[in-house]
Amino acid sequence: MSLVRHLFGGAAPAVLRTTPPGYPGPEEAGMTARLHRSRNTPAGGIRHLARALAVGLFALAAPMAQAQATGDLGLVVERASGSLLVVDQSERARIGRIEGLGDLSHASLVYSPDERFAYVFGRDGGLTKVEILEQRIVARVLQAGNSIGGAISDDGRYVAVSNYEPGGVRVFDAGTLDLVADLPTGSKTIGLVDIPGTRFVFSLWDAGETWIADLSGGRPEITKITGMGKNPYDALVTGDGRTYIAGLFGADHLTALDLWQARPTPRVILPGYAQGREGLPVYKMPHLEGWALAGTDFVLPAMGQHELLWVDARSLQESGRTKVHGQPVFAMARPDGRQVWVNFAHPDNDTIQVIDTLTKQVIHQFEPGPGVLHMEFTPRGHEVWLSVRDAGRVMVYDTETFEKLREIEAESPSGIFFTARAHKTGL
Amino acid sequence: MSRAALILALAAAPALAEPDAQALERLVKQDCGSCHGLTLRGGLGPDIRAQALGHYEAEGLMSVILDGVPGTAMPPWRPLLSEAEAAWIADYLLNGESE
Repeated sequence: MSLVRHLFGGAAPAVLRTTPPGYPGPEEAGMTARLHRSRNTPAGGIRHLARALAVGLFALAAPMAQAQATGDLGLVVERASGSLLVVDQSERARIGRIEGLGDLSHASLVYSPDERFAYVFGRDGGLTKVEILEQRIVARVLQAGNSIGGAISDDGRYVAVSNYEPGGVRVFDAGTLDLVADLPTGSKTIGLVDIPGTRFVFSLWDAGETWIADLSGGRPEITKITGMGKNPYDALVTGDGRTYIAGLFGADHLTALDLWQARPTPRVILPGYAQGREGLPVYKMPHLEGWALAGTDFVLPAMGQHELLWVDARSLQESGRTKVHGQPVFAMARPDGRQVWVNFAHPDNDTIQVIDTLTKQVIHQFEPGPGVLHMEFTPRGHEVWLSVRDAGRVMVYDTETFEKLREIEAESPSGIFFTARAHKTGL
Repeated sequence: MSRAALILALAAAPALAEPDAQALERLVKQDCGSCHGLTLRGGLGPDIRAQALGHYEAEGLMSVILDGVPGTAMPPWRPLLSEAEAAWIADYLLNGESE
């Protein structure tokens, strides 16, 4: 919710921002005004701001009964400047910036169950807790030398961080960021996800194992699963917490686990998918996340092949392949599963392809700009936000018409994270 | 930049007196940085700051860049870089300003 909309929203603001919102540039402001007019709602600009302030002052006199909601907010990682943009998905606008988060290259984040706090995992081992409404850092620890993402437990009590250096996972109290458990693995850890039962699952790049850490009893209980395959580079878990799929750099297949089994055993899927074909250079590792489920199939990026691999979600048998423009990095199903949006590794990272789930055919291709690093759908998928790093822009598109709806200025934007992730297992 | 444009740009580069330092520095930070970290301190790939590369001669490092390291995640960059550009990057990593 933007400040303007908030003040016109009919109720008094109970939370006053301690950091003023960032206002859009002239071009954005113009777009804001047009869009707002078309919706017959108040617009941006000085005149409207003055009106907003007047109403705001009036509103302050009213009883302070309403809290500000965060359900349509989000954060955009500005990787080079160590900052986060606070964005409003409904308004398609940036509303503030949080600075001082260290090295945010390859940073990701998760949300507290109340969508008020975010936990940001920096490459430099920094774990930072930020308050979205007040747009400030509330706690920060440098917990390792080099880390690669994290997860929050289903009950919101624990935040786990996956580390390259030293290898392993560290678990922190979500309230205080005090260390709760240290789980050394002797290996780079990847593919860390949360699953029901206050458990985390992660894999070991060097050892080819997957570990399940159960924190429901306070003290972590570890289940080790060996034989996952050589060099797992990332992994995903389905929204029900049942199927964990590890992508392998060092083997010509992927490996799945059924986490509903008391003793999950590795199952090879897509064996030999690149057999007999030359492996193409991979200039950026693909990512796997729970959005891989499109309809009744998983859609997975191939490693070293310019294609997507489709797997029937029940049988785990291959159900198709789609040739694509380059080495896929993110293959993300729209939340309804009807389309899959794909971006690519260097040197093809200026392009997006959209694939129809029923026909598995590319139905749209376009070049948003140089360095398309990440995508995030609105929770029901009507719009998608793209980070275009070298254009210094986040671009918002309609997913049905493919029309560009807005450009938002950002400094080397990478990951985009909407607060709705708070309620999704494995994100 | 599309792949064709990139190849054209890179193919044109050796004809110039010097490789495009600005573009290569950006490539090192952003694209080598995918695995080695934006600050080159390492990630899935190892630390490639100057102090960590002490055991490399410029020529050896250049061939790692051009041909990759088989059996590891280090890809060959020969399809995208000229020898002059790889030499520039090797020198930049060993002697450059990356801390």
